[in-house]
Amino acid sequence: MKILLFLLEKEFRQILRNKQMIPLLLIAPVIQLVLLPLAANYTIKNISIAVVDNDHSTFSRELISKITASGYFRLTGYTAFYNEALSLVEQNKADLALQIPVNFERNLVRENSAKVFIAINAIEGTKANLGGAYLASIISDFNSDIRINWPAAPAASDPPQVAVISSYWYNPFMDYNLYIVPAILVTLVTAMAALQSAFNIVQEKENGTIEQINVTPIKKHIFILGKLIPFMVLGIILFTLGLFIAWLLYGIVPAGSLLTLYGSLIIYLFAMLGFGLLISTYSSTQQQAMSLAFFFILIFNMMSGMFNSVDSMPQWAQTIVQTFPTSHFIKIMRMVVLKGSGFSDILYEIGAMFVIGLILNTWAVLNYRKTTG
Amino acid sequence: MKQLIVFIKKEFLQVFRDKRSLLLLFGLPIAQIVLFGFALSNEVKNSKIVVVDYSKDAVTSQIIRKIAASKYFNIEQSMQSADQLQAAFKKGAIKMAVIFPANFALNLQHTGKASMQVIADASDPNVATTVVNYVTQIVNSYNGQLSSLSAQPLQIVPEVQMMYNPQLLGAPNFIPGVMALVLMLVCTMMTSVAIVKEKELGTMEILLVSPFKPLYIIIAKLTPNLFISIINYFIIIILSAVFLDLQVKGSLLLLTFCSILFILTSLSIGLLISIGAKTQQAAMMGSLMGMMLPTMLLTGFLFPVENMPIALQWLANFVPSRWYFIIVKQIMLKGLGIASVWKETLILLGMCVLLFTISLKKFKIRLQ
Amino acid sequence: MQPVIITDKLTKHFGNFIAANELTFEVDKGEIFGFLGANGAGKTTAMRMLCGLLTPSSGKATIAGFDVYKETEKIKRKIGYMSQKFSLYDDLTVSENIRFYSGIYGMNNQQIRTKTAELLDELQLQSEAKTLVRELPLGWKQKLAFSVSIAHDPDIVFLDEPTGGVDPVTRRQFWDLIYHAADKGVTIFVTTHYMDEAEYCNRVSIMVDGVIAALDSPSNLKKQYATDNMEDVFYELARKAKRKAD
Repeated sequence: MKILLFLLEKEFRQILRNKQMIPLLLIAPVIQLVLLPLAANYTIKNISIAVVDNDHSTFSRELISKITASGYFRLTGYTAFYNEALSLVEQNKADLALQIPVNFERNLVRENSAKVFIAINAIEGTKANLGGAYLASIISDFNSDIRINWPAAPAASDPPQVAVISSYWYNPFMDYNLYIVPAILVTLVTAMAALQSAFNIVQEKENGTIEQINVTPIKKHIFILGKLIPFMVLGIILFTLGLFIAWLLYGIVPAGSLLTLYGSLIIYLFAMLGFGLLISTYSSTQQQAMSLAFFFILIFNMMSGMFNSVDSMPQWAQTIVQTFPTSHFIKIMRMVVLKGSGFSDILYEIGAMFVIGLILNTWAVLNYRKTTG
Repeated sequence: MKQLIVFIKKEFLQVFRDKRSLLLLFGLPIAQIVLFGFALSNEVKNSKIVVVDYSKDAVTSQIIRKIAASKYFNIEQSMQSADQLQAAFKKGAIKMAVIFPANFALNLQHTGKASMQVIADASDPNVATTVVNYVTQIVNSYNGQLSSLSAQPLQIVPEVQMMYNPQLLGAPNFIPGVMALVLMLVCTMMTSVAIVKEKELGTMEILLVSPFKPLYIIIAKLTPNLFISIINYFIIIILSAVFLDLQVKGSLLLLTFCSILFILTSLSIGLLISIGAKTQQAAMMGSLMGMMLPTMLLTGFLFPVENMPIALQWLANFVPSRWYFIIVKQIMLKGLGIASVWKETLILLGMCVLLFTISLKKFKIRLQ
Repeated sequence: MQPVIITDKLTKHFGNFIAANELTFEVDKGEIFGFLGANGAGKTTAMRMLCGLLTPSSGKATIAGFDVYKETEKIKRKIGYMSQKFSLYDDLTVSENIRFYSGIYGMNNQQIRTKTAELLDELQLQSEAKTLVRELPLGWKQKLAFSVSIAHDPDIVFLDEPTGGVDPVTRRQFWDLIYHAADKGVTIFVTTHYMDEAEYCNRVSIMVDGVIAALDSPSNLKKQYATDNMEDVFYELARKAKRKAD
């Protein structure tokens, strides 16, 4: 125990002494936390639309003005031919093309039915889905409007309707910052913890100081613990700083208890630091440690449900994602910060992170050899 | 010139001698492309929902059947009362709850109107909007069935065509994005760390005091990385064609040219970082902590750039991967030619030349 | 005199390459034992086995009475080590390094304070206590590293080419420290390239191609090879080597 204190003292002195690293460790993440949530905005607005009005009727003009007045769409092209509108989509100048064919109004009135054509650039799935849905609902609104205002329409035959009343819990104003800020905070803590711990032991290897440690009677787990704790403290500081910024800039105050949040953070850091240490025991140069850490961190970031829903992935991928501590922690963050979930709600995630952490750390301790064969 | 070739040979030897790093350099991008290409999608499906039916009549069970049949939803359980909803949401067990009040069919029949309640967990706003949209669509089609019985007048029928990606798969959007992300980060990181390592070992000093031109040193250092990245690029192209059914629709030559340009730009960024960094650790933190997240977010494949605030759109213009992402989409997915990507290509070219010149200048300064 | 290092046919091979072949020798308590050999002769491998850093392939050895296979952690309590790859933390100060290494050998704060003062005094580094090790000249770093390696009063200290790259005066001062430690009963096991340093040892062994080619006191060796300096003895043995130096 006393030996651990000496180790900690040494690690902290080294961390605090490195003048180039402290800014990189703390300031860079803060800047990112301030700037990036602005980028991560899924609210689909400003969808650009190219319109081909071959009908030039009252109805077609009304429909177009209803679309542009909706606030979701921006009219970026008004062409005479459908092909021209499609080429605007090709050139990325329009996300959607809408064609109102000749005789639209006449068909509607005389035959009670008329078609419009919509082409959507579907490469970006979300935009395509939502853009299409918005347009469809505007058209259907327009449809009801003209029905009501059309004197010739049979008024009494209102069919029975099932109405959907939707409410959005935990984030009634659909504020994307609430969704994205906790995720970005997790990314930053992850990168810091995993990279620093992956690097640290390898650095001692390259400097040769590890050799000196290996001839001392120090216990392996004490040594590893001495490496874990300082970065855990750094991680907690970074996290606290991040929560503070989230409150200051985005007004995000965790709905759940801070105790639950920090308890989960410590277990998460335990797992991620163990992961970093494991990498460092397998690498002999900083380059190798870095490539390995980079590989996994990118996967953790992309697949843990930070920006995509894990539920939508194929089953095999969901199974893999279960082994990423990051996926559990992101879930916990959103649950505790936004929904105020308590300890009992996140028992499974905490348990999963703890088991993963235990495996990684045990593996790292076993794989760290003071004596080589 | 002969000197340069000797030098480049030495760089290649060094790179290829470290088998473990080599495995990482080739293996990692491959694994990532496959993993991301198959697993990621923007589509929201299999959302877990719960249904609370206080009415239990013919209408509600018909709507529930429709919801259950959709690939978008997995009905987790049927709750007897709405009291447990809060708890289920807090556990994260469900994304949405659908509640039918008592006497649903009765109301529909007598008043011509019945309301069902849909509660979405908006802690993920995107999923919330999408699932509510899906349910609304399902209910609308049910309404359509009801109204077709009583012949609606003045029907506008939209015919929708999904271009380039009719099945709305995730891969067409993610592959170009991941290509941009992986190529950029790997190039930047490899280069910055390789050069700083020579600094740390002191071998850079020897090179700098040799009569070798700084330009040659830079070229020699970059060549193996360029070579590896080009191979990586081809591997990615082949993998997407074979496994993800994403062939290059446009000119492969043009795409390759643009990719090389992009790789060179990323290598130059790495070069610039290496000139500023004192230790490998700082170089790595700079190229990872500093670049991973901005590249991920500002490239535009996770979040459309047009939706960002003006200041960030402006900032995103400085991220090379943003332009490369557009180029790949245009050439690979839409099959367009140089006419549609000349602007992006010129921007990349400009960035590449600028960054390279700056690094060369800085490198020279170190000499004196 | 009681031997503190006993080896019996200690062997280490890496694949087909036999780095150290059937080493058998004893080192007595308080002795200064020189371990000589050309580059690649197997000195460092042998030393790393004795320190418990490397598991031997075969043979027996005990250090301070402990077995090198099973009791490496007990051995580590009894030994000090200073490697050719300089092993202090250069981003810590002189006194911080002393404090750290003493601390992990289990000394308490009181003992560490006394020890630090004692060491700084002996090295005349009092004024540099708060200097970063990075900023010290190489010779001072080496003296400091040696002092740190014996700060926990080990029975044996292993020195792997401790004086590489410094001037003769500094080397001489370094050897004063070694004598001082030996006087206090610490056994010194040292590898070196410098033949004048070999002369300072009580006994030297010379390794050639992984085996011990000669082992005796410097004076006996000189007598045996009929020369008046160790340089000739070493050259005579080393040129028979077939293995290429690395």
